[in-house]
Amino acid sequence: MKSLSIKNLLTSLQNLVANIEDGSQIVIPPDYSFVPMEITRALIRKKARDLRLVAAPQTGLQADILIGAGCVSEIEAAAVSLGELGNAPRFTEAIKAKKIELKDSTCPAIHAGLQASEKGIPFMPLRGIIGSDILKYRNDWKISENPFKKISNDSILLLPAIHPDYAIFHAPYADREGNIWIGRRRELALMSHAAKKTYVSVEEVRDTNLLDNEETAANALPSLYINGITICKKGSWPLGLSDLYDADRNHLQKYASQARSKSDFSKYLESYVFV
Amino acid sequence: MSESNIKLTELLITVVSRMLRDLNHVAVGASSPIPGAAALLASGLGKGSPKVTILGSKSVNSFTDGGKELFDCAGQGRIDAFFLGGGQIDGDANVNLVGIGDYPHMDVRFPGSYGSAYLYYVVPKVILFREEHTSRTLVQKVDFISAPGKTEKNIYRPGGPHSLVTSRCVFMWEKKAQCFSLHSLHPGETLQTIRKNTGFDYIEPKKVINTLEPTEQEKKLIHGDIGKMIAEVYPSFASSRLAVDS
Repeated sequence: MKSLSIKNLLTSLQNLVANIEDGSQIVIPPDYSFVPMEITRALIRKKARDLRLVAAPQTGLQADILIGAGCVSEIEAAAVSLGELGNAPRFTEAIKAKKIELKDSTCPAIHAGLQASEKGIPFMPLRGIIGSDILKYRNDWKISENPFKKISNDSILLLPAIHPDYAIFHAPYADREGNIWIGRRRELALMSHAAKKTYVSVEEVRDTNLLDNEETAANALPSLYINGITICKKGSWPLGLSDLYDADRNHLQKYASQARSKSDFSKYLESYVFV
Repeated sequence: MSESNIKLTELLITVVSRMLRDLNHVAVGASSPIPGAAALLASGLGKGSPKVTILGSKSVNSFTDGGKELFDCAGQGRIDAFFLGGGQIDGDANVNLVGIGDYPHMDVRFPGSYGSAYLYYVVPKVILFREEHTSRTLVQKVDFISAPGKTEKNIYRPGGPHSLVTSRCVFMWEKKAQCFSLHSLHPGETLQTIRKNTGFDYIEPKKVINTLEPTEQEKKLIHGDIGKMIAEVYPSFASSRLAVDS
């Protein structure tokens, strides 16, 4: 008989976010990949504070709304933007007003830092970047000589491991063993491997085991990495989720315009978060 | 949308697409609808060559190894061309995607550097694309170097700038002279309008050609399959600039 291990992982949305302490470092996915918006709204409702976000490697709506709601003290990202809808207004305002610390990065540097954690090693080398002003403001990054160099003077950048407290994302489904279907969104596996704990919301739980079949096993993030699962219908809304639903463009447009002013942003929270 | 706006969009897509012929793999990053359409046009005319990867697309993207695959692919030399924009671009081909003013609490904050600080070094043909061609965007010196046009000799750099395409003209990057030279003028532009609207110095050769206009076949493709494909990722662009609805 199979164990029903998802039972040990399933929890309410409220209990799930209660695990995430103020001051935690949280890695979040890019806007096109399984963004946990319902978890984000629950974090705002529980008045989370001083969260340190790591975008893997860029973010948009999720970070903007958390920053606007006063939940964030620091963000490391390669970019923060609402895409076609323009700059992320609450992020932009917070940078100007010196309300949050920003660690500017570049996409593969964040991947490399997470990959170092995934391997349990202290740093990862990466090409490029030397000569960019990003490096000027990153005292935690170091230039080294390539120890295997064939030519003289081959400088290369070393990036420290990024080891977040939590990874959070929203997926189409979990199976009865607590394995999560992530399809080809492998950055979610990277985030989860690198983080100490992973909390996931899913559209549904299916009475199947992804690992029973080789064709579905490759789509799974095994429950080994998962510390809590909650069920949320349309948990990525107003962003889209894989083939299940598209982004709600009208709502995103509304957000982009309401978030331009602090008072309209508060009204947005009243209407869509504190309900 | 105006007729002239659509004509300019068609022209820019065509100009960029002609730079992509004979390549194996072209990748297109964030906020790049015209480069995306250009890559699809080159691929459409080349019967599937170059292969195209558009980030954020489900249909024009064969990556299966997550967000890092683009960079891993580029680091190995498996991507031949990529595009960078920027709030500011200067005469040394430096791009600024971070902001205007003093870092970090800048007067104007842009989204951030994305993958530029890496891809500019490892992709052989980086085409800089910035539609707004004014002395505000094409500046003498950028306020923040997201990714530099030039690097010290001992730094590994198989890649770098190839050209700069704007709504007014095409500049080519001169590898030997390490600066831009004016290559072609779009309709309605003159040597004077370019000089007046460019904040950095560049070489002005004796012969500056007119930018070649799109053919009927190119226009047909742009408003057909390519418009529909680009609308998947850039619905607002497709409807406002190409009159294609998703």
